[in-house]
Parts: sequence; structure tokens; C-alpha cells
Amino acid sequence: MLTIPRALYDKIVAHARADHPDEACGVIAGPAGSDRPERFIAMLNAARSPTFYEFDSTEQFRLWREMDDNDEEPVVIYHSHTATEAYPSRTDISYASEPQAHYVLVSTRDEDATEFRSYRICDGEVTEEPVTVVE
Amino acid sequence: MAIEVRIPTILRTYTDGAKQIEGTGSTLDELITDLEHRHGGLRDRLVEGGGLRRFVNVYLNDEDVRFLAGLETPVKDGDTVTVLPAVAGGAR
Repeated sequence: MLTIPRALYDKIVAHARADHPDEACGVIAGPAGSDRPERFIAMLNAARSPTFYEFDSTEQFRLWREMDDNDEEPVVIYHSHTATEAYPSRTDISYASEPQAHYVLVSTRDEDATEFRSYRICDGEVTEEPVTVVE
Repeated sequence: MAIEVRIPTILRTYTDGAKQIEGTGSTLDELITDLEHRHGGLRDRLVEGGGLRRFVNVYLNDEDVRFLAGLETPVKDGDTVTVLPAVAGGAR
């Protein structure tokens, strides 16, 4: 189950809409072991592509170092699909490397409705989980 | 003093759970070979076809070694090498 504050949910959706038709991506950090998403960090999609995303390697290093210093971890890793459903693709699954993270997928394929779904991806296995938005 | 190597969560199966290990070498390639002696299988997660794997980021201190000399990047005692799997994916 992903429990996420409304304000952070809205930030993810806004980022995905703003970057459409390129895929948007980012992290929500939280205290290590807490499973609480607290701090939103939009990341540059270094691939700047409508069908691929990749964190810039230097930005990723700085963020991971910062989280380590703050005793935080990536609680949510999100990205958007701009023409397909909000479900992890083969590449999403093969590159998922944070077993404790909630992988959030947003689809902006429909102008009027945004799909927002969350998954755990561990050892190549995808499990969808419910999302609870806290007002 | 050796070279400190920081290992990400998914590669800790090769280090008995350790997030930091030590090694020696005068290039990144030599360092990885040294680590492989004590942590068998680790090299194959980092290197493919004579170069670093595309979606594995390796940093020497604060710099991505892709901007230095890749596997030939010189390393020395007191350096910190950090490994981070790239965060990536796509529509397919």
C-alpha cells in the first residue's frame, strides 16, 4: 500500500503533465525505514524522450548522497508514460533497483484523466498495490 | 589505507550485506578485479564486453567515471568509489 499526502500526489501529476509528451521522473524521499513519502524531488529526464527516462547520473549521485547524509531513502520513484498505460514496462522492471521503493507510474495519454498507480518491483516481480491519498 | 567502495542495496548479496567494502588497484579495472577475488560475481554486474555496463553508474569521489577514463580511470588509496544502478525505464 502506498500512503501519500495529497500535496505530493498533486506534484507528481503536475510534473507529468508539464513534461508531456516527454516522460517525467523523480523521487519522493522519506526517513529511512519509515515508508513515509515526505520530500518531493523532480529529476531531469536526461533521455528527454517520450518513450524513455533516465536520471542524470550526476544529479542522481548528489541526491543519493544527500539522502544518505539525511538518513533518508527513496520511498517513491515515479515516472510517466505518455502514450501507454500506467503499468511497468519490461524496461521499467529490468532497471528497478530499489526493492524498498514504491514505483509510481502515471499515464498522461488521456488529456482529461491522469492514471496514477503504484507497484512494488522486487527481483523482477511486479505487484500492484493500492494507493491511499491523505488529505 | 585502501580504496573505499560503496555498494548499492541490490549488489549487497555479493558482499554479505555490507554497504561498504575495500579494495586496491591503480585503475578502476584493477580495483574491480581485486574485489572479485573476495566477492565473486560482482565484476559481472559492473562490467560487460570490456566496458562498464550501460545502466550502472560508477563514481570516483564525486565524478561519474564516464567523464573520466571509464575502466581505465586511475584510482588511489583514500579514494571513494560509489556504485549506483541507473534509475531508468520507459514505455516499453
